[in-house]
Amino acid sequence: MALSYTSREGIEVHRFSLAASVGVPLVALLMQAFLPARFHWFEIFDLPLLVTIFFAMARRNPVTGLITGAVIGILQDSLTHNPLGVFGIAKTVVGYAASSLGVRIDVQNPGVRLGMTFAFYQLHRAVYFLVWRGMMGKPLEWHWGYELLAGAANGLLAVVLFVALDRLKRRA
Amino acid sequence: MENLIHRHRNASALVAVLFLQILALAIQIKRPAEPGNPEAGSIRLIRLWVVTAVTPFERGFVNVAGLSRTLWSDYLDLRGVRQENRALRDEMERMRIERAQMSEAASQGQRLQTLLGFKQQFISQTLAAQVLGSSGSDRSRILYLDKGSHDGVKEDMAVITPEGVVGKVLRVFPSSAQVLTINDPTSGAGAVLEKSRLQGVVAGTDAGELRLRYVMVDEKVEVGERVLTSGGDRIYPKGLPLGTVAVVKPGSDLFFDIRVEPAARLNRLEEVLIVTQIAEQTPQTDAAEASPRRAAEILSQRLPGLPPKAADASVAGAQPQSGGPPPKAPPETPR
Repeated sequence: MALSYTSREGIEVHRFSLAASVGVPLVALLMQAFLPARFHWFEIFDLPLLVTIFFAMARRNPVTGLITGAVIGILQDSLTHNPLGVFGIAKTVVGYAASSLGVRIDVQNPGVRLGMTFAFYQLHRAVYFLVWRGMMGKPLEWHWGYELLAGAANGLLAVVLFVALDRLKRRA
Repeated sequence: MENLIHRHRNASALVAVLFLQILALAIQIKRPAEPGNPEAGSIRLIRLWVVTAVTPFERGFVNVAGLSRTLWSDYLDLRGVRQENRALRDEMERMRIERAQMSEAASQGQRLQTLLGFKQQFISQTLAAQVLGSSGSDRSRILYLDKGSHDGVKEDMAVITPEGVVGKVLRVFPSSAQVLTINDPTSGAGAVLEKSRLQGVVAGTDAGELRLRYVMVDEKVEVGERVLTSGGDRIYPKGLPLGTVAVVKPGSDLFFDIRVEPAARLNRLEEVLIVTQIAEQTPQTDAAEASPRRAAEILSQRLPGLPPKAADASVAGAQPQSGGPPPKAPPETPR
């Protein structure tokens, strides 16, 4: 099967230009690396995750969604000193889940976007937590308060960010 | 099979991509060979998995072979066992004596090593660098600097600010460097409390805080006391500020749980200094002071009225015959 930047699913399927498909994740990664060094509070956001969710939901193709998640996740891993694949696995799962769910429900609604981003953030953290503790055997604590707050913060940012990114969409 | 994969194309793709990443991760990461025993070393996860999968079969073969060997050697063939037992006992006695001798030699060696290895350390060269960015993840406390191997930066160089220690260079690229800050969970620095001189290790936590570990609960640690580098890790020069003791409470084991407020503002760094050279200098001692002197010479200095012996007089030459030189101050202890 030839993979393209165009989703082949039914209604409300969108595609993106090559520049947007490559540029938006790169800008997200760059900002994620740059902003928390200046503004520590920005660490609560996960821009690469939001971009993964956006592209996956817009394209509505699970294979493209999971590959987008894998590539963005591995690039994000490469900025850390941790082994490559931790973010990769988590974002692969999110990319697949977001695109699979995107086929079934209306993802243009801000409330749905907020709720889905919140849920995908928790899924992302849960997979990350499992890989980190279960596979790598490293200590990591789950702080419910922080995770819920971070999920809500990312959900709110997603509502604003997705509206801006909607302008890059082209109907397939 | 092909039909199954084709029917579940998306799920198959997910499984394939996840499998590749898990495999890649297993090749990269290492886990402790024995959980809970850090001294046992670490092993790659892929090796651990393969070994875990293979060893039960190997163990089965070995057990069968061992059982047959035991049957033969323990029950059927016992010739020469008593003689061997006697020889082993003699060997054990000899080794006990050797062990005692070696233990004495080792402790003497350690003492000499301590005496000879005493050197003063000071930072002789630093390189100013700009902070470009971070990892962007709360699980990896990493900073990127604008200086790299072209500027002489090398791995394991200490990174500091005028306020205190920031971390160490983890990886070096041609024009940038990756710094692991001291509040990362995988980070660690030899530390000493300024007043009490208690030693420990400062390490990071998941939440990005600093903890001073391995200080026993029967010691006295005051809040507000400064924590300095001990120099024992051979990365951070001795005496640099790591932070200040913020909270002291008993930990879950025999050690205190001490939270340390970092001296450097790790969350708001713009410029740092990379320690590119640490000079070591042996403290200067006066050769005459350091040379061994006979008890009689010391006595002659301390007791000016004591008449020197005839033999001493010939050696002393120009020394005054009565009185002797004024007593000298003891040599200064190197700090």
